[in-house]
Amino acid sequence: MHCQECGKRPATLHFTKIVNGEKTEFHICETCAREKGELIPGTSGGFSIHNLLSGLLDFTPGSHAHGTKAPENLRCEECGLTYSQFSKLGRFGCSSCYKYFNDRLDPLFKRVHGNTVHVGKVPKRVGGHIQIKRKLDDLRRELQYRIHQEEFEEAAALRDQIRELEKNISEE
Amino acid sequence: MANLRFTEQPLSEWMRSGGKESEIVISSRVRIARNLLNRPFPMLATNQQSEDVLNQLESVLQDQRMQQFGPLSSVLLADLDELDKKVLVEKHLISPNLANESRYGAVFISDDESLSIMVNEEDHLRIQCLYPGLQIEEAWEKATAVDDIFEAQVDYAFDDNRGFLTSCPTNVGTGLRASVMMHLPALVLTQQINRILSAVSQVGLTVRGIYGEGSEATGNLFQISNQITLGQSESEIIENLYSVVMQIIEHEKSARERLLSESRLRMTDRVMRSYGILLYAAIIDSKEAAQRLSDVRLGVDLGLIDTLPVQVLNELNVMTQPGFLQKKFQVSMSPGERDMYRAKLIREKLGK
Ligand SMILES: [Zn+2]
Ligand SMILES: [Zn+2]
Repeated sequence: MHCQECGKRPATLHFTKIVNGEKTEFHICETCAREKGELIPGTSGGFSIHNLLSGLLDFTPGSHAHGTKAPENLRCEECGLTYSQFSKLGRFGCSSCYKYFNDRLDPLFKRVHGNTVHVGKVPKRVGGHIQIKRKLDDLRRELQYRIHQEEFEEAAALRDQIRELEKNISEE
Repeated sequence: MANLRFTEQPLSEWMRSGGKESEIVISSRVRIARNLLNRPFPMLATNQQSEDVLNQLESVLQDQRMQQFGPLSSVLLADLDELDKKVLVEKHLISPNLANESRYGAVFISDDESLSIMVNEEDHLRIQCLYPGLQIEEAWEKATAVDDIFEAQVDYAFDDNRGFLTSCPTNVGTGLRASVMMHLPALVLTQQINRILSAVSQVGLTVRGIYGEGSEATGNLFQISNQITLGQSESEIIENLYSVVMQIIEHEKSARERLLSESRLRMTDRVMRSYGILLYAAIIDSKEAAQRLSDVRLGVDLGLIDTLPVQVLNELNVMTQPGFLQKKFQVSMSPGERDMYRAKLIREKLGK
């Protein structure tokens, strides 16, 4: 089962919340849980998802979180920097470090920047498909909204636009 | 190598004009960090790899679109003696980090010194633009234009999600650090400064002393910069900084007005005493010099001193730094001797 927040990573956390007799299930990865902790409805007051997760996010050597490598074994295959060297130096060795340490970076970036995803300038030569992807994200969000509002004509038009863009990407 | 013009004259061309809000904002600076694809960051690079990076980036400077920024002088850090490096740092033309990292570290400086391009610093490439007064948008526009030229010719380390990949996690995303240097004596005198600076830090900005991390704010100079580089667009970063700086300017202005209306005599006394000390002292340490220069600058801005061009004070802010002093008098000095030469230089400058 995939995480219902990011749709990418496997969901490692499953829980049920009952508010006024209404049952809601959550399936999320620990990264998203940490990130969206406060945004999950009904979690404020009395029940903190951060408390629940603190065990999972304990990165000290020897602890083994679900399916993730202990940090002392984690290293960048490109430049050889280990994760523990990285956390001591506070510097990456090469751009591939971002890939190899990726699973551990969201909490760090969240703490430093309050964000985890770039929304700024994109190099023009590599940027074509990124612009399209961003546009697609926007359109998909709008599509959901239109469907929710039961504005099906607009939704259909959006769906066609999305298909057209998706075709462009796959042709690249 | 030929003698470095940049270390001979204290005042960069760019500092000669005042710029917007120049009675409070000394300068605006934008720096963007970039790295080349598939090359280890300078920290882990071999000599050969660093040399390759330098050659590749240097070749971009030949691009004819670079000509709009005027001729660039190329300076290999390894060719400089310690004193010249120190002066370049004191003029903010290079970072302290580049001065220490001389292995194929290089800087390319425009004639007016408003553009400096650092190679093999913490990142492969750092493009920096400096303007007088509040011109943060202008500095960004120039830096991004230079960035576009590089980007057209070299492949950057860039990731869809993380943006521009940098050596330090605090620069990832936009790689953009925008800073504004402010002179805030009235906020310090009226003891509002801490309240304002802590408010600033709560909106994603940081405050530092004039020579960057770890150094103390001297002479009531404060550098306000963005802290967040990931998850905000460049224009959001610039606008946020700009609007906060405008608010600080308003607070400083009203504090100055209040000081003038409520304690004009005491202000005049303070300013004139400091002016007198600068005119006649035989020994002065750098901390006192910075404080007295700050008082005199405030006096000029408030119209209490009307015979002194502010440019002289800008010049003295640079010239009274240890590196420049030694450069100017061509002798190596003990700290005690520095205090004597500093006083001598200030007397000469103000006596004119
Ligand atoms: Zn997720
Ligand atoms: Zn690496």
